[in-house]
Amino acid sequence: MTLLEARHVEKAFGRTHALRGVSLTIESGETVAITGPSGSGKSTLLHCLSGIMSPESGEVHYAGRRIDDLDETARTRLRREDFGIVFQLDRLVPELTAVENVALPLLFAGRGRAEATTVALGRLDEVGAADVAESRPAELSGGQLQRVAIARALVTTPKVIFADEPTGALDSVAGERVLSLLMGAARANKATVVIVTHDNQVAAHADREIVLRDGALVGGVMA
Amino acid sequence: MSTGHILLGLLTERPKHGYELKREHDERLPGARPLAYGQVYATLQRLERDGRVAVAGTVQEAGPERTVYEITEEGTAEVRRWLAEVEPPAPYVSSPLFSRVVMALVAEGAADTYLLRQRAAHLERMRELTARKRAAGVSVGELLAADYALHHLDADLRWMETARQRIDDLIQEIRS
Repeated sequence: MTLLEARHVEKAFGRTHALRGVSLTIESGETVAITGPSGSGKSTLLHCLSGIMSPESGEVHYAGRRIDDLDETARTRLRREDFGIVFQLDRLVPELTAVENVALPLLFAGRGRAEATTVALGRLDEVGAADVAESRPAELSGGQLQRVAIARALVTTPKVIFADEPTGALDSVAGERVLSLLMGAARANKATVVIVTHDNQVAAHADREIVLRDGALVGGVMA
Repeated sequence: MSTGHILLGLLTERPKHGYELKREHDERLPGARPLAYGQVYATLQRLERDGRVAVAGTVQEAGPERTVYEITEEGTAEVRRWLAEVEPPAPYVSSPLFSRVVMALVAEGAADTYLLRQRAAHLERMRELTARKRAAGVSVGELLAADYALHHLDADLRWMETARQRIDDLIQEIRS
C-alpha cells in the first residue's frame, strides 16, 4: 500500500531550483534512503514529504490524503501524531534533561506528565540511553545525543520516521549502532522510514535507494 | 601472506590440532577460500621441519586420534616479524571496475546509465552484507569480513561519484 507520494514536486529558493518536478511513491513499512551529492535537494525533498515545507507546485499525499495544502496547524498536528523526525544536528532543548526532551512530543499531544515520563524512559532504555535520562544535552556525547534524538522521534510510535543524516558526525561503529537502533525500532513498530544520507553504508541499511541529482530523480525510482 | 603465518597466528592462542586449525581459519577469515585439510597438514609438517611448531601430544575426541601442535619460540618470533611488516598498498587502479568506469565516461552518452546500474549492483551487495551483520549470532570474524567488503564497495561508489563530477566539470569548462 502506498503511504507517501510526491507528485511533480517543485521547490525553489530564490533563483535556485532545489527540486525540479520530483514524483515518487513510498510503500507502507518500507525503508527508503534518499541519496545524492551535496546540494542535490535531498533535505528539501525530506522537508516537503514530512510537511515541514510546502512545495511551490506539485502535491504531497500521505495515507491517501493531500497534505501539502493543509494549514500550518493541521500539518503540525500530523507531524506530532504520525511522523517522527530525526535531524543531524538535533536540537534538543538545552534546559531540559534527556527524559524531559523525549517526553516533550507526548506532552504536546496532551498526555499527562507521569505517563509521558514513563513512556519516555522506556524509549530511552530501548536505545540504550537509560543511564543518561537525567543529564542535560550539554553533558552528552555525540552518540548519546543522537540516541536521545532517536528516542524522542520514536516516543509517539510514529507511522513514518524521517531522518536527515541520522548518523551525522559519529564514527562508523557508533553510527552503525545508532542506525541499527533506529531501524530495529522502526521494524518492530512496522514504521516506514525515509532517511536522507550522503553515506552509502547508511543507504545500505534501507530496502531501496532514491538517487537525486540537481533536484531531480536519477534514472527514475530504482528497486 | 602465507597459510603458514595464519596457522602460526592461530597457534599463538593455545596448542591446536589440524582439524581445529582448519575450522578456525574458515570461521575467522570467512572471506577467504576455505583451507583444504591436506594443505593444513602439509603446512604443519613444513612448520615443524623449520622448528616453528612442535608436536604437543595427541587427543582423541569423537573421531580419530589427532596430533596437537604448539608454537615454538622461533614460531612466535616469526609471527612477530611477519606482523611488523606492512602489506604493500594494493594498486587498485588495475581493477576491472576502474577500466569499465573510465571507458563508460569516455564513450559519450554511456556513463549515466552504466554508473547508475553499477551503483545499484554495488548497493545490492552492500545490503546483503549489512543484513548479514544484523543476523543473530554473527561472529566477530564475519563482522570484520563484512566491514572490509562494505568499506571497499563504499570506496568504489564514492570514487565513481567523484569521477562523474570531474567529467561533468570538464564538460562545463569546455562549453563555457
